[in-house]
Amino acid sequence: MAVLLLGEVNDGELALDPTAKAVNAAKALGEVTVLCAGASAAAAGAAAAKIEGVAKVLVAEHPALSHRLAEPTAAMIVSLAGDYSHIMAPATSDAKNVMPRVAALLDVMVISDVSGVVDADTFERPIYAGNAIQTVRSKDAKKVVTLRTSAFKAAGKGGPAKVETVDVPGDPGLSEWVEDKVAESDRPELTSAGVVVSGGRGVGSQGDFALIEKLADKLGAAVGASRAAVDAGFAPNDWQVGQTGKVVAPELYVAVGISGAIQHLAGMKDSKIIVAINKDPDAPIFQIADYGLVADLFQAVPELIEKL
Amino acid sequence: MKVLVPVKRVIDYNVKVRVKADGSGVDLANVKMSMNPFDEIAVEEAIRLKEAGTADEVVAVSIGVKQAQETLRTALAMGADRAILIVAAADAHQDIEPLAVAKILKAVIDEEQPNLVLAGKQAIDNDMNATGQMLSALLGWSQATFASKLEVNGDNAVVTREVDGGLQTIKVKLPAIVTVDLRLNQPRYASLPNIMKAKKKPLGEKTAADYGVDVSPRLEVVKTAEPEARQAGEIVPDVDTLVAKLKERGVV
Ligand SMILES: Cc1cc2nc3c(=O)[nH]c(=O)nc-3n(C[C@H](O)[C@H](O)[C@H](O)COP(=O)(O)OP(=O)(O)OC[C@H]3O[C@@H](n4cnc5c(N)ncnc54)[C@H](O)[C@@H]3O)c2cc1C
Ligand SMILES: Nc1ncnc2c1ncn2[C@@H]1O[C@H](COP(=O)(O)O)[C@@H](O)[C@H]1O
Repeated sequence: MAVLLLGEVNDGELALDPTAKAVNAAKALGEVTVLCAGASAAAAGAAAAKIEGVAKVLVAEHPALSHRLAEPTAAMIVSLAGDYSHIMAPATSDAKNVMPRVAALLDVMVISDVSGVVDADTFERPIYAGNAIQTVRSKDAKKVVTLRTSAFKAAGKGGPAKVETVDVPGDPGLSEWVEDKVAESDRPELTSAGVVVSGGRGVGSQGDFALIEKLADKLGAAVGASRAAVDAGFAPNDWQVGQTGKVVAPELYVAVGISGAIQHLAGMKDSKIIVAINKDPDAPIFQIADYGLVADLFQAVPELIEKL
Repeated sequence: MKVLVPVKRVIDYNVKVRVKADGSGVDLANVKMSMNPFDEIAVEEAIRLKEAGTADEVVAVSIGVKQAQETLRTALAMGADRAILIVAAADAHQDIEPLAVAKILKAVIDEEQPNLVLAGKQAIDNDMNATGQMLSALLGWSQATFASKLEVNGDNAVVTREVDGGLQTIKVKLPAIVTVDLRLNQPRYASLPNIMKAKKKPLGEKTAADYGVDVSPRLEVVKTAEPEARQAGEIVPDVDTLVAKLKERGVV
């Protein structure tokens, strides 16, 4: 058995954390070959070669692969698929875009957002916003799998594995990239941060969200948000934590002015320690919080910042 | 331009899901079922395209149990022109996998020839996030997933997508599959007169067998379990106590 693992490459650089977590989850299934694809991907390939458990790295460079457009990326992966029993990727938004397309081209079912690898055919995945964990056994000849990174530890340093370049089938010309709007931030990345501070509708305004950011900076944390806070324009979409946003499992998660809807809990309930600050003693978030503080956030958060 | 919208009947998002004691699945007996929330957004967007004069017909399609008729009636009441039900399961506990759904949708699309398919990004029951991408692959069409903004201009669509790093805008050739995200629009409620009118709109019915699609699952469900429960925590009286507790646990 052999695994082809799609490395997470953004603008030519490897996102090490999700890739290393996926490698760790995949390596029990067979030799792991990491594919780094992009307009430029050589640097990413060199970085992937230093992840423990990686046997080989394939670098695919072509202008069509810039911005990870689904159609050329899926065609690229399918062109390599013959040699592998498993095609896997960390469940990032890029992989969620591409991997079901790969699966359909191979006439197999995709197994999305896997949180546990039982054996070569059997996987666990959350369904119903994490209200249930389903174990499924695939009858397909090839398994196409995305891995929920919050459920796995990152592989350490190893290698270096050998790096090869591969041919790229080219561009089917169905779609083109127009622009990216990416906010630069010095804060840790949300899905790999050790501490996350999230704000909800209770924060009340975009201006007041600065309070959440201030607490986050005091703790060296990433900032998250509930859907309600994003919908209201307090926070950007890429901060959303939950069933349909990002899934995080930090050492410490601080939920401020968040009620604790099941769709939010789906994205953070595997955090090690959960703190909730909410003025409503009946807020459901308190049922899963390790430490709950019933208080007005506009008093409690400044006091917390001062005393930390 | 014709727009096709696949809508799925799922457990209502407000219902507390219960896992069956024998581990065979979740209990869907006597629970409220609704249109998948993302599909409401897709229907809304299709209707807006029609209201703007960009689209001239909106066709809603659902695959599943007979009762998915209700879901299609909701789409019709919102403003879809016509609906097609493809009966593929006898029991709501039998979920049709995205690959099979995509194959059936492809067959429907071969007949209907829409220029645009607006699907949800994810069904909130199986949380697969796969059908639109799979359908696009089977058709060899372009795809734009997780849309928070859609602009149709002639033979292409410009779509802003919600991605991990923020927002990405791409331009796709039509025909295309677009899957919609939460912030694309705020779906309307069907008014009573429109609910009445919807009862008279055409709702065709077929079966998966009519299209020759095998819907037997590729993923065999071995078991369905409750997630691990969290230990009950404590309410702390003040910020000082909270800080002390967090220091004790070594996280600050
Ligand atoms: C298909 C679908 C997908 C979804 N996906 C997600 C998702 O991925 N992530 C997500 O988060 N949600 C998601 N939701 C939305 C979810 O159902 C809730 O609506 C949302 O999480 C609520 O956000 P909130 O807790 O910030 O707001 P609310 O529920 O309005 O809660 C605000 C809280 O703030 C408290 N508060 C108000 N003022 C103060 C104050 N001064 N001090 C302290 N506390 C205060 C209130 O007591 C209240 O508990 C989804 C919903 C659907 C239908
Ligand atoms: N049985 C179905 N009938 C109609 N549409 C469906 C069905 N299953 C999935 N879809 C569509 O595909 C989207 C994504 O579903 P999924 O891939 O299952 O997460 C949904 O939001 C629907 O638009």
